[in-house]
Amino acid sequence: MAMALEAQKTTALTGNEAAATALRQIEPDVVAAYPITPQTEIVQLFSTFVSDGLVKTEFAAVESEHSAMSATIGAAAAGARAMTATSSNGLAFMWEMLYIAAGLRIPIVMPVVNRALSAPINIHCDHSDTMGARDAGWIQIYSENAQEMYDNLIQAVRIAEHPEVLLPIMVTIDGFIISHGMENVELLQDQVVRDFVGEYHFPYPLLDIEHPKTIGPLTLQDFYFEHKREQAEAMQRSKAVITVIADDFARLSGRQYGFVECYKMKGAKYALVVLGSTAGTAKYVVDELRQEGEQCGLVKIRVFRPFPGPELCKALADIKAVGIMDRSDSFSTQGGPVFAETKAALYQASNQPKCVNYIYGLGGRDIEPSLIRQAFMEVKDLATSNAVGGGIRHLGVRE
Amino acid sequence: MKQVTGRPTALTDKPFHYCPGCTHGIIHRLVAEALEEDNLRGKAIGIASVGCSVFAYDYFNCDMQQAAHGRAPAVATGIKRAWPDSFVFTYQGDGDLASIGIAETIHAASRGENITVIFVNNSVYGMTGGQMAPTTLVGQKSTTTPSGRDATLHGYPLPVCEMLQVLPGVAYLARVSVSSPAKIRAAKRAIKRAFAAQLRGIGFGLVEILSSCPTNWHLDPVKALEFVDNQMAAQFPLQVFRDFE
Repeated sequence: MAMALEAQKTTALTGNEAAATALRQIEPDVVAAYPITPQTEIVQLFSTFVSDGLVKTEFAAVESEHSAMSATIGAAAAGARAMTATSSNGLAFMWEMLYIAAGLRIPIVMPVVNRALSAPINIHCDHSDTMGARDAGWIQIYSENAQEMYDNLIQAVRIAEHPEVLLPIMVTIDGFIISHGMENVELLQDQVVRDFVGEYHFPYPLLDIEHPKTIGPLTLQDFYFEHKREQAEAMQRSKAVITVIADDFARLSGRQYGFVECYKMKGAKYALVVLGSTAGTAKYVVDELRQEGEQCGLVKIRVFRPFPGPELCKALADIKAVGIMDRSDSFSTQGGPVFAETKAALYQASNQPKCVNYIYGLGGRDIEPSLIRQAFMEVKDLATSNAVGGGIRHLGVRE
Repeated sequence: MKQVTGRPTALTDKPFHYCPGCTHGIIHRLVAEALEEDNLRGKAIGIASVGCSVFAYDYFNCDMQQAAHGRAPAVATGIKRAWPDSFVFTYQGDGDLASIGIAETIHAASRGENITVIFVNNSVYGMTGGQMAPTTLVGQKSTTTPSGRDATLHGYPLPVCEMLQVLPGVAYLARVSVSSPAKIRAAKRAIKRAFAAQLRGIGFGLVEILSSCPTNWHLDPVKALEFVDNQMAAQFPLQVFRDFE
């Protein structure tokens, strides 16, 4: 393991290149995909690896995302390790198949490059695509930067395929901000990744002639409910598996991941909760504010499904007020999905900080440090005054 | 001085964003001239698709609706059924029409919807950077087929007009090109015939226009037009597949 640590190579890569590199090292048996901005590059680079003979993957350039996910499900159910990638409306077009992948317990790993959903049509980042799919039964891991995208994809293979889990996983990066931004990424050696992910053994492959089977047959009042309960229990069991795989990966890479990441939360009186690339910007603002003597901190959610309720309660156990940031709106009138779920989790907590929701960055609207500073100052006011929390605020929008 | 030509009133003043040598600009103009000559501006509703021509709504000087990828003929169906006296056209590329939207295309044609489809075929996914499309020629290089399309791995080019010509709901169907002045004039005649089919209420009209993509083909504009004439037209012959009296 020490050798693996030393043998890591630091390379400048975009988020999409980091994802494509992870795919090359994982070397799935089948990739079926359809281009969509800003994901296109991942699969395009991968198709070059196929043409160059760097991987033995069967590559199918299908006619739509609906078919991409269908082909991926077909391949994975047949016993192959299968992947695809998408963004935005591509993910939305897969909707029917997302639920089917999860319901069939097919362990697909899919990079998703976050982009706003139409309408109006937009190609830039927000989380409306994957947040819209939050209840499709997929594990969801959000990456702050290219390094995390690479690391999360490699871990996701092991998590998805774990016999206690057998659930599909989407691993996200923020469109353009990370997908097209270049930064240093530490890469493991190809063989180290191959050994880590191991051989794929779907427990119920097709063409096992001693045990012929049907995948996805009709169940009605008799068994459908039991299937869905099994699915929920698998999601519950995935929590322990995600932790074990993270520890395994840390031994290999020196990089340790949890459900949430606490940044300067020690001694913090107020905090923001964020996910994705905004965590990087917010850390910068926390550093500035800490230098000015402010008692603030940051909690980044890495795993959104299964939702890290207890972990968030623990992370927010000592603070008086929290601003919860959503890069999508649920249009429920109850705030964004991160807000609604964090607030619900805090209902069980012994410490219940005042909460305020910040909807921000929709359609790629830039989230500048000054806006995050503004949010911190408003949350500080909440922490130090008699003001009541619970409101929904919009950060960086025209009034 | 007598003015003999000008910018069609059915085009806005906005300069096209298309790459140098791309034929979208010519095709936009032909559609706009046809709209103007048939006095359709007051009742025309266009459907913009997804791809290089996504911004068609900025250029056509009439009401436009932007449709999700591939859904233009279905959206057009809804608009035409709601406003039967309107003139409804879609403007779609091969990535939109022949790929993700082939089902909508076939079923709108099969139902004989009284709409006009302008289908611009440049044999690649242009907007996303030149990946293989269903229309990519065997042997043609694209970013997802860097060694050329291999029929055993990637299948064969999809002949949209040849597929649609068997459907009785189709009133007018032609494949044209805009690679020379004579062919541009023939393309205009085809567009006007397709418009006439809708105006007479006799069914679905589609004009496939072979187009060049110098950027993604890595050819200069002249060589790109030669590729249209020599390579594309061999795979996708220029002809009128269905006409009416």
